[in-house]
Amino acid sequence: MLESTASILRGLGRRVTSRIWRLGFASRFLLATLLYSGTSFRRFFLTIREIYFTGVQSLIIILVSGLFVGMVLGLQGYDTLQRYGSSEALGILVALSLVRELGPVVSALLFASRAGSAITAEIGLMKATEQLSAMEMMAVNPIARVVAPRFWAGVISMPLLAALFSAMGIFGGYLVGVVLIGVDEGSFWSQMQASVDFREDIVNGVIKSVVFGILVTWIAVFEGYDSEPTAEGVSGATTRTVVTSSLAILAADFILTAFMFRGV
Amino acid sequence: MNRMTLDLWVGVFVAIGLGALLFLGLKVGNLAATSTGETYVLKANFDNIGGLKVRAPVKSAGVVVGRVGDIRLDAERYEAVVTMNVDSQYRFPRDTFAKIRTSGLLGEQYIGLAVGGDTEVIKPGEVIKKTESAMVLEDLVGQFLFDKAAEGKDKK
Repeated sequence: MLESTASILRGLGRRVTSRIWRLGFASRFLLATLLYSGTSFRRFFLTIREIYFTGVQSLIIILVSGLFVGMVLGLQGYDTLQRYGSSEALGILVALSLVRELGPVVSALLFASRAGSAITAEIGLMKATEQLSAMEMMAVNPIARVVAPRFWAGVISMPLLAALFSAMGIFGGYLVGVVLIGVDEGSFWSQMQASVDFREDIVNGVIKSVVFGILVTWIAVFEGYDSEPTAEGVSGATTRTVVTSSLAILAADFILTAFMFRGV
Repeated sequence: MNRMTLDLWVGVFVAIGLGALLFLGLKVGNLAATSTGETYVLKANFDNIGGLKVRAPVKSAGVVVGRVGDIRLDAERYEAVVTMNVDSQYRFPRDTFAKIRTSGLLGEQYIGLAVGGDTEVIKPGEVIKKTESAMVLEDLVGQFLFDKAAEGKDKK
């Protein structure tokens, strides 16, 4: 009895300390990435190549999901608002919910599963096939050459993708609300413009997406770099990237929202 | 994939991303409407500002001419001091009335400037003397009940 309790406690302790150890390693890793990121700007082509793989190739999924999310918002919002006779406020509802919340959050979740998992798998495989060690042998720093360009590409792509998602969603809401259902077009746009504030709403949304971009790519490159150099290890790391970054996005979103919109 | 096509695609991506931001700023937000033009400061003291908030519009004849910049409590007179940033192209006469109004039945509150007939204008930084506080629903209901009770007493 005592024996089994002790072993449970030991197991718990081991899990907690290993998590904390990994968090410390991840922070040191982020610091090293920032320290060695000179190369990714001096040889900017490295970063551009990664922007192509993370940003440009995520375009289709971001645009299509943005359109559908906006169209659903248009339908649902209209259904609720017309009960109170204020269907003209549809523009406000669609724009505010996209710009403040759904744009940054949903595009970051999609980005984590589309691009984050690919980054982890790529770096993990490079490690498993000892390409990273080979680079070190040739006196090439793998953090400067492999990790930093991917990190910066993610940080640059994320706000652009979130903006595209929001814009596409507003267009989707316009399609359903104005073209399909027949809400007045003038009041749709003018009420939206009257209550969406540039500094309060749009800039805060961009700040959110930059933070999510840092979080997602940081987790992705770290999980790849830290993965066990086996097929199983790489697949586990890819799963952990998607799970951890989704949780991190949602938790960070709550904290950022609490700071930004306190209802003042 | 060669370097040229890669650069082209990334260029297209960055361009449409920035285009989306511009669309959000100009078409969705009100960047174009508010950032232009210089403003000057007017102040007004109110007994009660109700639910007035910073950045609430200041309107004259229904047209937005400025925004509320700051709301503080005057610790000596226990009045609310509201600072307004008014568009420089508009000047108001000295006997302008500042009233706190509500747009619609449940809408947000704003400051309405009812213009008087004075030939002198209020200079930047000066205080609007004539003000009308926000209507508080509870006070109105209380007044109504009080009047009703007084009527009933008269009839007896």
